[in-house]
Amino acid sequence: MKQGIYTILRQEPIAEKVFRMVLEGDTSAITAPGQFVNILLEGKYLRRPISICDWNDRELTLIYKVVGGGTEQMSRMQPGACLDLLVGLGNGYRTEGCGARPLLIGGGVGVPPLYGLCKKLISEGKKPRVILGFNSAQEVFLMEEFAALGAAVAVTTADGSVGLKGFVTDAMKGMDYDYFYTCGPEGMFRAIEKIAVTSGQFSFEERMGCGFGACMGCSCKTKYGYKRICKEGPVLEREEIIW
Amino acid sequence: MVTTKVRLCGVEMKNPVIPASGTFGYGYEFAALYDINILGSLSFKGTTLEPRFGNPTPRIAECPAGLLNAVGLQNPGVEQVIAEELPKLKSCFSGPVMANVSGFSVEDYRATVARLDAEEEIAWFEVNISCPNVHGGGMSFGTDPKAAAAVTAAVRAVTRKPVIMKLTPNVADIAEIAKACAGAGADGLSLINTLLGMRIDLRTGKPVLANKMGGFSGPAVFPVALRMVYQVYEAVDLPIVGMGGVSSAEDVIEMMLAGATAVEVGAANLRDPFAAKKIVELLPAAMEKYGITDLNKIIGGAH
Repeated sequence: MKQGIYTILRQEPIAEKVFRMVLEGDTSAITAPGQFVNILLEGKYLRRPISICDWNDRELTLIYKVVGGGTEQMSRMQPGACLDLLVGLGNGYRTEGCGARPLLIGGGVGVPPLYGLCKKLISEGKKPRVILGFNSAQEVFLMEEFAALGAAVAVTTADGSVGLKGFVTDAMKGMDYDYFYTCGPEGMFRAIEKIAVTSGQFSFEERMGCGFGACMGCSCKTKYGYKRICKEGPVLEREEIIW
Repeated sequence: MVTTKVRLCGVEMKNPVIPASGTFGYGYEFAALYDINILGSLSFKGTTLEPRFGNPTPRIAECPAGLLNAVGLQNPGVEQVIAEELPKLKSCFSGPVMANVSGFSVEDYRATVARLDAEEEIAWFEVNISCPNVHGGGMSFGTDPKAAAAVTAAVRAVTRKPVIMKLTPNVADIAEIAKACAGAGADGLSLINTLLGMRIDLRTGKPVLANKMGGFSGPAVFPVALRMVYQVYEAVDLPIVGMGGVSSAEDVIEMMLAGATAVEVGAANLRDPFAAKKIVELLPAAMEKYGITDLNKIIGGAH
């Protein structure tokens, strides 16, 4: 983990209430896709944890949805503005020894960290397939970006306005995969847990105090003991999760 | 040239700054970020006789200038603390350690302190009779003078190290509890623990915290904490560890003027992992600004 001041290079809306923010600064603390940053905002006491979508040696990309006062404040920030970030938090997704044909399943605002993961899997010579689930066409984002990486992408919407009408689990049926990674709402996790046929990893969300393991605010019980979502998570292995 | 050295219950500290229990783990998480030997001490995560998971999540809710927590004393239990946590703490911190202990019966407190007593890095016991987030223990000992005295006396009997009783602000008269602890043999008092609070999520119409209520801390509580330190300083002749919303070197000085010998920094560590380090580093300059050369000379100076 590193603390630093990061400069906003670009910010744009990419779907309904969803923004892409590109920041410049030290990214050396990021060790795996699925890690997150914790953002200090003027007038807010606690930082806002946001997953890292993509990064290179001097830029990091965050995609977030406006869900409350803090993210609303972020969405109004202009290029050139600076933010105090804790970077490289959490364990992130593990990719070694996890199958050559993995399935990536993202739901809504859970989609962004899968982008960095997809990039890494492709660089390791794997052939990821991607399912992105949204409620409706206005909420869809990153579909073209995943396709541009060379991944096979399927989109589902609850109202059928784009792609397959239904949920990510409808697209999973009959799909050939030897491992899976997912991020999204817990209801989606439970549905995936019921039908998934392989091992996999789930990335969880929880209200956090510090985001770096000090306060025990985000603890959960696993089959292998207590874990902090911010430190030993947010990614948990399917086999250890107590549903 | 200024001196930041203070003595708390006979133990010398290089400065009065102590990260507060529950915001600093067992120290080593922070040692990965900076050399924690610059700190006067640290109060480790509240330890109980048996391991505890604590309360269900959500355990955290944000507030203006602070936060609510209802962690509920999650800790691995005294045996594992001795076997695993303290060796790790010792490897990165050579100063005096404050052992924060909690319990659900007088016997729990006694047994936990007795078990930890031989650990040589422990310089003081900070006995938490003020946790608002557990049922059938914690704060219930800190709101009744008789119960507070009973815990104090039980702990006093099993250690020769200084016993500092950690008080709750959730009482009508904190001086009364302070006097009861002093009368039962306490060597010092620390205050304040968190203020009982609540938030409701407007989207669901229900409390944010799974425990419904939680302890409020952060800069918003600083004036309340300062007032109570001032009152307790007048009521008893014991050293006080002041805490509650301390976020800067100036806050440390203000707490000491109210009557604190040492000062704990809590919520600020969660917002900024370098908060305690910054306070230690900025303290000499803040002292110079106000013409203070020796911190010992300002303790209780506002009275």
